Amino acid sequence: MKKARKEKANKRLSIVFCSMVYLFLFLPIFVVIANSFNATTSKPYLSWKGFTFDWYIKLWSNSALLGSFGNTIFIAVASTVLSTIIGTLGAVGIYRYKFKGKGIINGLLYIPVVIPEIVIGIALLTIFSNTNIPRGMLTLILSHVSFSVPYVIFNVRARLSGYDKSIEEASMDLGANRVVTFFEITLPVLAPGIAGGALLAFTLSIDDVIISYFVNGQTKTYPLKVMESIKSGVSPDVNALSTLVLIGTIGLVFLTQSGIGSGKHKKI
Amino acid sequence: MAKRISNHEFKSNTMPAIVTVGPVAILSLFLVVAPLALVAIMSFCQTDEFYNVVYKFTAINYSKLLSPDYIKIYGQSLLIALITTVLCVLIGYPFAYVIARTKSHKKKLFYMLVIIPFWTNSLIRIYGWRTFLGSSGWLNMLLLNLGLVDEPVEFLYKTGTTVLGMVYCFIPFMVLPLYTAIEKLDGSLLEASSDLGAKPYKTLFEVIIPLTSGGIFSGCIMVFIPCLGYFFVSNILGGGNTDMIGNLIERQFKSANNWPLGAALSIILILVTLILVKIYQNLGGDMDSLGV
Repeated sequence: MKKARKEKANKRLSIVFCSMVYLFLFLPIFVVIANSFNATTSKPYLSWKGFTFDWYIKLWSNSALLGSFGNTIFIAVASTVLSTIIGTLGAVGIYRYKFKGKGIINGLLYIPVVIPEIVIGIALLTIFSNTNIPRGMLTLILSHVSFSVPYVIFNVRARLSGYDKSIEEASMDLGANRVVTFFEITLPVLAPGIAGGALLAFTLSIDDVIISYFVNGQTKTYPLKVMESIKSGVSPDVNALSTLVLIGTIGLVFLTQSGIGSGKHKKI
Repeated sequence: MAKRISNHEFKSNTMPAIVTVGPVAILSLFLVVAPLALVAIMSFCQTDEFYNVVYKFTAINYSKLLSPDYIKIYGQSLLIALITTVLCVLIGYPFAYVIARTKSHKKKLFYMLVIIPFWTNSLIRIYGWRTFLGSSGWLNMLLLNLGLVDEPVEFLYKTGTTVLGMVYCFIPFMVLPLYTAIEKLDGSLLEASSDLGAKPYKTLFEVIIPLTSGGIFSGCIMVFIPCLGYFFVSNILGGGNTDMIGNLIERQFKSANNWPLGAALSIILILVTLILVKIYQNLGGDMDSLGV
């Protein structure tokens, strides 16, 4: 009897505690959403002046903001495609073949993962500036590829470790060459790992602030546009766009109901 | 004949290895090794009067690193990162424990709810905190209306505010590895411990925590190290009063234009990272669990 009551109290305590953590996680998002309906028009757009949908209409005429969002999507798609191809090939090659320097390549993969982003950012800035590569879209894509590839490799590798090589041998015994075997046998088996890696690469690219901040030149991505406006106050149309993006992503995930959260290597 | 040669090449494994690993190798060489090597070289260089980097050896940047102003900021950075990490463990552990061991069918939803906030850009969310905490912010509005305070309280621009922002940014990096570790925990061990008469706290400290220590270690690495470089959190919430090493580096590259000095500061950050990762490995940490 006493034990049951104690367990009940414990359960209540853990519900209260977890709710508080969730509140902490979601509070700034509620603020962002609420402020997208804020009727205030004076900088820094902080005090509440009543409810309006105006910012959702004004958003569509803010070409700088929409342009930066377009850049973000373009860079994310391009860097995801490139890093998924490079990472998948790399994971298969590193797993399968013996070659000199394998240990070195393996070790190098961890560098972008553990070293603080700011160091990667200034290092890329330095190399681009020393080799006279004009900073902009190209350097943004290259940089995003460089920090995404390790995550793709880790995801694909997790899939490879449970992979039965004999089905490839069977394929080749039956007359398929290596290229056909790769596309018909290897790729389909690795598909979930590749998809997980690609999703991660896309997410990392879209949210990246620090590395982009150093290599962007004149090209503005959406996070950089936000950073630029922080000094004078972020105008509520930025919040409106964030709100739409959030609703869009949640909708997409619940529609597809993909196995998010089941993979080992998921970073946010 | 030609076909035969190419077949032969295929069998030798050289071509496939080059095709598959080549791109990663080139990428690592040009976008990881070369940039970091250049930063190391640049940290021993000077600038001319036009702020251009002159490649002539000097150790002056490293001697500048020892100025008392900088040392104060290193101390402050390490302290903020340490408090952030400790708070992330203290809040993240019980939280991860509850959601990882719940028998509720909503378990997957609970997990997703940790991730969903991170689909909104981190800058915007940190700015959301500023909106909430500012002197004309919503928390103050609430406190004033409730009559709890007579004039707005300044919550911003304090060490505590920066720590709050950092904990906010990094707590999922603690919760997710902990969740994985705790979920793997075999429930029968906990039952055995309590059947054998162990008090709950004893089960916690002698069974649960040792078995999930891998998750704690990797969580700590994934919070502490990036925290040192997150300059925008201290910019937005600390307002220049709570600079981290990251802020010093950012300034050298973006406004002060002393790249060699910024490079030397970055080398410090790299060394701190290497030392911590080495400690992590010696404690039996798995490098792969850092790539979560």
